[in-house]
Amino acid sequence: MAILITPSTKLLVQGITGDFGGRHAKLSLDYGTQVVAGVTPGKGGLFFEHGTHKVPIFNSVTDAVKATGATVSAVFVPPPFAADAILEGVDAGLDLVVAITEGIPVRDMIRVKRAMAGSKTRLLGPNCPGIVTPGTGKDSSGGCRIGIAPGYIHKNGHVGVVSRSGTLTYEAVFQLTSKHIGQTTCVGIGGDPVNGTSHLDIIKLFNADPETHGIILIGEIGGNAEVEAARWIKANCQKPVAGFIAGATAPAGRRMGHAGAIVGGAEDTAAAKIAVFKECGIEVAVTPSDMADALLRSAKAKGVTLC
Amino acid sequence: MNIHEYQAKALFEKFGIAVPRGTTATTPEAFITALADLPEGPTMVKSQIHAGGRGKGTFTDGFKGGVKFCKTKHDAREMAAKMLGNTLVTAQTGPAGRKVQTIYFTVASEIKKEYYLAILLDRNSSKPVIVASTEGGMDIETVAHDTPEKLFKIIVDPAYGLADFQVRELITKLGFTGAEAKNAGKLIRNLYQCYWETDAAMIEVNPLITTPTGDVLALDAKVSFDSNALYRHPEIVALRDLNEEDSKEIEASKYSLSYIALDGNIACLVNGAGLAMSTMDIIQHFGGTPANFLDVGGGATKAQVIAAFKIILGDKNVKGILVNIFGGIMDCNVIAQGIVEAVKEVGLKLPLVVRLEGNNVVAGKATLDASGLALVSGSTMADAAQKIVKLVA
Repeated sequence: MAILITPSTKLLVQGITGDFGGRHAKLSLDYGTQVVAGVTPGKGGLFFEHGTHKVPIFNSVTDAVKATGATVSAVFVPPPFAADAILEGVDAGLDLVVAITEGIPVRDMIRVKRAMAGSKTRLLGPNCPGIVTPGTGKDSSGGCRIGIAPGYIHKNGHVGVVSRSGTLTYEAVFQLTSKHIGQTTCVGIGGDPVNGTSHLDIIKLFNADPETHGIILIGEIGGNAEVEAARWIKANCQKPVAGFIAGATAPAGRRMGHAGAIVGGAEDTAAAKIAVFKECGIEVAVTPSDMADALLRSAKAKGVTLC
Repeated sequence: MNIHEYQAKALFEKFGIAVPRGTTATTPEAFITALADLPEGPTMVKSQIHAGGRGKGTFTDGFKGGVKFCKTKHDAREMAAKMLGNTLVTAQTGPAGRKVQTIYFTVASEIKKEYYLAILLDRNSSKPVIVASTEGGMDIETVAHDTPEKLFKIIVDPAYGLADFQVRELITKLGFTGAEAKNAGKLIRNLYQCYWETDAAMIEVNPLITTPTGDVLALDAKVSFDSNALYRHPEIVALRDLNEEDSKEIEASKYSLSYIALDGNIACLVNGAGLAMSTMDIIQHFGGTPANFLDVGGGATKAQVIAAFKIILGDKNVKGILVNIFGGIMDCNVIAQGIVEAVKEVGLKLPLVVRLEGNNVVAGKATLDASGLALVSGSTMADAAQKIVKLVA
């Protein structure tokens, strides 16, 4: 088992005819992901070809869903049109929309999130690396890779990873795989201040997934999402959890690349979040090189096997 | 993106938000004509820089106060002459301060009481929030900490917009009655409109004031905009003042690099914001001090690496460089070739530690080793950070 997506998940790609979307659609196909449709308005009827793959392109998400049974979408649409693309996926009744696009105006996301209230669709992102459920083949192929993460660094197994940051997620996954510890699912929730899915949403899913034996929670300065997740873990989660917070040296009031990574008050500093992690029984990685080891320490203390 | 107070006030006026009458000048010769637009009598002289804390700031020549009350327009002219072209240091500018290039003159309003009013994103609910307080003119963090009962919050439903009952609720909490209540209601509604329609990231009015005649005015105005939304607001982009921005940060943005200068001596060049932040952290963890935040994005092309090295080397405090690249999709060998060419082109003399990981890393490391450059290879982030800290010590 895994969370949110499995190797049999049928994926459609919005923006498959763009450079960025096309490049990553190919990598997902190579990984063994079921990319069943592309959507680009005005290009319906054409095909996206890669090796022996011939993926049909549709004018709308609804058309693509009807024809292919896709349940999940990856959004690679440019920022001015991305909010619309997300809502189109919601309207088509998808289970999950993964918004990779970076640079969507906050106001658009405020409206999208409000419009999604009560819908069955979950949004991951925007400005996120996506989600990977590693497969059992060579270099974890045969899995489901949605987004822009490098598939080969993964390994099928029992650790869940959730993070706002792309490369920091890869760092954690790489450390795990190097130690022969596999992952159930690795989730990037994105670096924007308004996003569809929070750390806590993912933690709850990992907690309920019997295949996930341990969790790495990676956060940043800004907001209180990590604190909210940590308090829930303290009350509800028995599994070993390791945590890391980036931005201990970031000056207050400066955006650190991610729109959401900015220290506004005393509560959203790295030090404040790390203190809450410790108080909630989360094993804190002292440096980013220590993330996998921190999880191993927590697992050992709880008598849990991660492999 | 930030704008000046006088620009924010002009924007406020477009949205029907009452502000004291004001006028600007950028040369001493223009003081007289600018002041001619204002009535005779008490006048405020306000230095226009983007940083806050102007009133309590000190100019580099020792003159105190970047915002002054003057009894007459004549006094205002003399005061303005001391500020214009002078460099103002405030709690927010850093020790270098900012050169005052524009003076804003306004009518000095008679103040009955000061309030605080701001509109920004509430991250917990993902909705706009209006924050208001009866304690105006003070540091709002202090109010929130010491007297939270004097801070009021209204969360706005973006599907409906600001509702009248919410405005009434806020007015009641702030204690407005009669003409003041009517004027405050209008101001709050218009301020929300301004926030929403301009894609503002934050609007802060501190203080908002009432006058003895029942007027409600925005005495100060601080407005910043969501940079991701600027593409649909050319009129706001036109307000950008490059004098207020770090020249290295402007240069970096031309190459899609996200760069922020810090005070340390170990420069870093990293791909990804989260990894870049934690690279700064790990340098500090091992006893060094980071000189900057620099995210080259997902790519890290040769042109970007060259530009990044040039920007980094423009900071004279830098004593060593740490490159930390996780080449997920990108070929590490291509990145390594970019680093080698960049080092040769800029003639790097400082210690350089490179930690490369990911796709085709073995070939990448071989390229670095074969380059003949005096760079040091780091195996993990921790190893690389320890090595650069040792080299600059």
